[in-house]
Amino acid sequence: MFGWEFPPQISGGLGTACYGLVSGLIQHNVDVLFVVPKLYGKEDKSKFRFVDANQVAVNFDNPSFNENLKKISYLEINSRIIPYVSPEEFATITDETFSDVTIDNKAKTLKYTFTGKYGKDLIKEVQQYAMVAMQIAKDNEVDVIHAHDWLTYQAGIVAKEVSGKPLVVHVHATEFDRSGEHVNQDVYNIERAGFHAADTIIAVSRLTRRILIDRYDVPPHKVVVVHNAVIPRSKVIYKKENLLDKQIVTFLGRITFQKGPDYFVEAARKVINEMPDVHFVMAGHGDMYLKLVERVAELRMSSRFHFTGFLNSAETDKMYGMTNVYVMPSVSEPFGITPLEAMRSGVPVIISNQSGVAEVLKYVIKVDFWDTNILADSICGLLKYPKISKTLAEEGYKEVEGLKWEYAALRVKEVYQETLKQLS
Amino acid sequence: MKKICFYFQVHQPMRLKSYRFFDISKDHNYFDEEANRRIMRKVADKCYLPMNQLLLDLIYEFKGEFKVSFSISGTALDQFEMYAQDVLDSFKRLADTGCVEFLAETYAHSLSALVSPEEFKNQVERQAKKIESLFGQKPKVFRNTELIYSNHIGWLVNQMGYKTMVTEGADKVLEWRSPNYLYQNQHVPELKLLLKNYKLSDDLAFRFSQSSWGEWPLTADKYVDWLNSISWTEEIVNLFMDYETFGEHQWVETGIFDFMYHLPRLVLERSEFRFCTPSEASEQLQVRGSISVDNPISWADEERDLSAWLGNHIQDDAFESLYRLESKVKRINDKQLQQDWLYLQTSDHFYYMCTKFFADGDVHKYFNHYNTPYEAFINYMNVLTDFEERVNKHIAQLDGRTKVQAVPELKKIAKPTAKSLAKVAPKAKIAVKSKAKPTAKAKPAAKAKPTAKPLAKKKLPAKVVAKAKPVAKLKKVVKVKPVAKVVAKSKTVAKKAAVKKKK
Repeated sequence: MFGWEFPPQISGGLGTACYGLVSGLIQHNVDVLFVVPKLYGKEDKSKFRFVDANQVAVNFDNPSFNENLKKISYLEINSRIIPYVSPEEFATITDETFSDVTIDNKAKTLKYTFTGKYGKDLIKEVQQYAMVAMQIAKDNEVDVIHAHDWLTYQAGIVAKEVSGKPLVVHVHATEFDRSGEHVNQDVYNIERAGFHAADTIIAVSRLTRRILIDRYDVPPHKVVVVHNAVIPRSKVIYKKENLLDKQIVTFLGRITFQKGPDYFVEAARKVINEMPDVHFVMAGHGDMYLKLVERVAELRMSSRFHFTGFLNSAETDKMYGMTNVYVMPSVSEPFGITPLEAMRSGVPVIISNQSGVAEVLKYVIKVDFWDTNILADSICGLLKYPKISKTLAEEGYKEVEGLKWEYAALRVKEVYQETLKQLS
Repeated sequence: MKKICFYFQVHQPMRLKSYRFFDISKDHNYFDEEANRRIMRKVADKCYLPMNQLLLDLIYEFKGEFKVSFSISGTALDQFEMYAQDVLDSFKRLADTGCVEFLAETYAHSLSALVSPEEFKNQVERQAKKIESLFGQKPKVFRNTELIYSNHIGWLVNQMGYKTMVTEGADKVLEWRSPNYLYQNQHVPELKLLLKNYKLSDDLAFRFSQSSWGEWPLTADKYVDWLNSISWTEEIVNLFMDYETFGEHQWVETGIFDFMYHLPRLVLERSEFRFCTPSEASEQLQVRGSISVDNPISWADEERDLSAWLGNHIQDDAFESLYRLESKVKRINDKQLQQDWLYLQTSDHFYYMCTKFFADGDVHKYFNHYNTPYEAFINYMNVLTDFEERVNKHIAQLDGRTKVQAVPELKKIAKPTAKSLAKVAPKAKIAVKSKAKPTAKAKPAAKAKPTAKPLAKKKLPAKVVAKAKPVAKLKKVVKVKPVAKVVAKSKTVAKKAAVKKKK
């Protein structure tokens, strides 16, 4: 299984999802070898089997090396490509020099140095990751190759070619989710190649499946939907430590176009007009951050609308603990794990119809992201009528308890088996 | 005999510490003591102490011929008391010479003149009192924060009894006229105005060490030549600048101290200029013209307006959010809260939020310890949110107390012990009362009670107020009205200013 990040070192939901899925697969007796560009040392090695791409010596003294090199380096490296962060942000994230190659001429091997980050040389790292994948596929006997998101698709493709084993690609997000209509062509090309080389595609929602069919010409029969789940944990309701007597409505996530933070801001003004003592919190960072700080000030509600910046996981829990209503107004969300986290903390949730998670949840309020009137109404309703709030919190908690990675992983195992059956 | 009038601004803000969202409700200490102490000590050693000594020496050397004036913000004085008693002592020695005048300003170096005549007045009084207690002289000349001035502010200042004010000799106000005369407020002629000669002032404050400047290096000789080249009709050159110019903005290596060491002698020997204090200038000179300023001017940046502190959304929202609390804060008698209220008003907090990093970006960056204006804004708003929470808690307590106090009047005989109980927990008292009254068992009655209670609570004090009002009205009607006018005026002025800025 090829991934790009793994807890505890994660920058987005991809790492968390991989963790949950692999844990579930292990429960179902699937032996998973998880490849990451870089291990940070804090990963749980007693439970999982890792391959650190940094440590793989690639033998370049064989014909397939050059062949594969040719195949995957057709992309022009002329743009800075960042999968989950904007170019403005990348400068603050990439603080290391990139992808050096160490060559051992005697052994005819080379090692790549991966940062495993989302930096400017990402495409180069993605390609080098694929070269490493070739070696890994040679060295290890596997039944199925599973690749998560575009960063690892080339690795998956190469591994499939070397080993002849079936390839399952897992789509957590597409370029259209990340960038709206301003897709990066290189990324799109890699995604497309991955989808078409795959024997089976797993999409995290019907919403994502639809995008694959409509935007990438993927044959519908190839795509199955397996909804994400949430890592179980005992119910912890944190004591409220800040703004003790205030009702708090929270947005938590990257402050980017995809997440619809601007709709949250507009709705907040409408709520405050009716309920002037409600406080709003926008937690996270992203390329729309400054613009929204400015907008909140323009709407003259900065004394009721707070920006926390990026939160670590302890702070995130704290934040849920003091939240009365959690809102995820995503414009386009393949799945969306944060509402589940909020519900797990006993918080009533409002999500947009444009999120994959809306397909599986019942005890939430669903609105169209653009309809800030209805969003504001829903927020006011939850704040004003404790009954419905309480119902959603309690039933929502039970509902999330039922969304286990164990079940999702079982479905993925079945997908493996079906794929193998089809090929034989 | 022409005059040179030196006025030096001494100010240090109470800088905020990094205050995160999760600090709200938990941490009520907003200020970065470590940084404030460090900066105060640094500036004391580089500027305040050596420059005060130099001025003291010059005053003794020229036996009263050399004079200067200072305006020191209350926040700077407070920090002297906390971190630099030696600086305070040296200012006292300067005061004892009789050649140094201290001006009045707002205690918090605030922008309160723009929004609240009441707060403005409070702060000026407080500042003047502090100056008097420290330096033994009652300020007679007024200096507003950043030399911000308008007709309206001039009127407010005159209302407080000040006859002289210093401000910027802004081109857009003077147009073809020279700043080198005594002026008056066109609408309030009793208020005389000393206008900064920004060319000659900024030669020292900003350009002195710029090697790219055509006149660099500037010597006291050359400077006196420039003074002598001023037209014979002109009467006064007002050199107004930050005191930190000496040794802090212009380092000792630039020769700024040498310049100041030589200047008085050369002026006295080679020119017909004599040094004077603002009060002397105002008394001795004839008013030669009047100026009218509708939209506030200041001494900052190219624009000489308020745009360094107010005008972008984040500044305006922070500023409005702060002053929205004013009426509540005024009711609260809590020393710490009142002090925080003052310190949060300091203009520097809004300066840090300035986004016009173009023409004047360098100067702004120099004074700003935040990475971005947005960071400064978020930090400030977090603090303000906590402050508002504290204010509201106090108000809730106050309201609770007044209500409870009003009630016992009626119930005194029935339950004398309840009063002591009420002091501890006002709500409990009411509960006791409601229980005592109905003695009924039916649930609906009990349910109806809660709605009745708040009404009763509100009504009682209202009656008391209503009775008290007529008396107050009779006494105050005449006096109160102008204040009301002021409020209205200031609002329109502020609005006008806001509109202008947006354009």
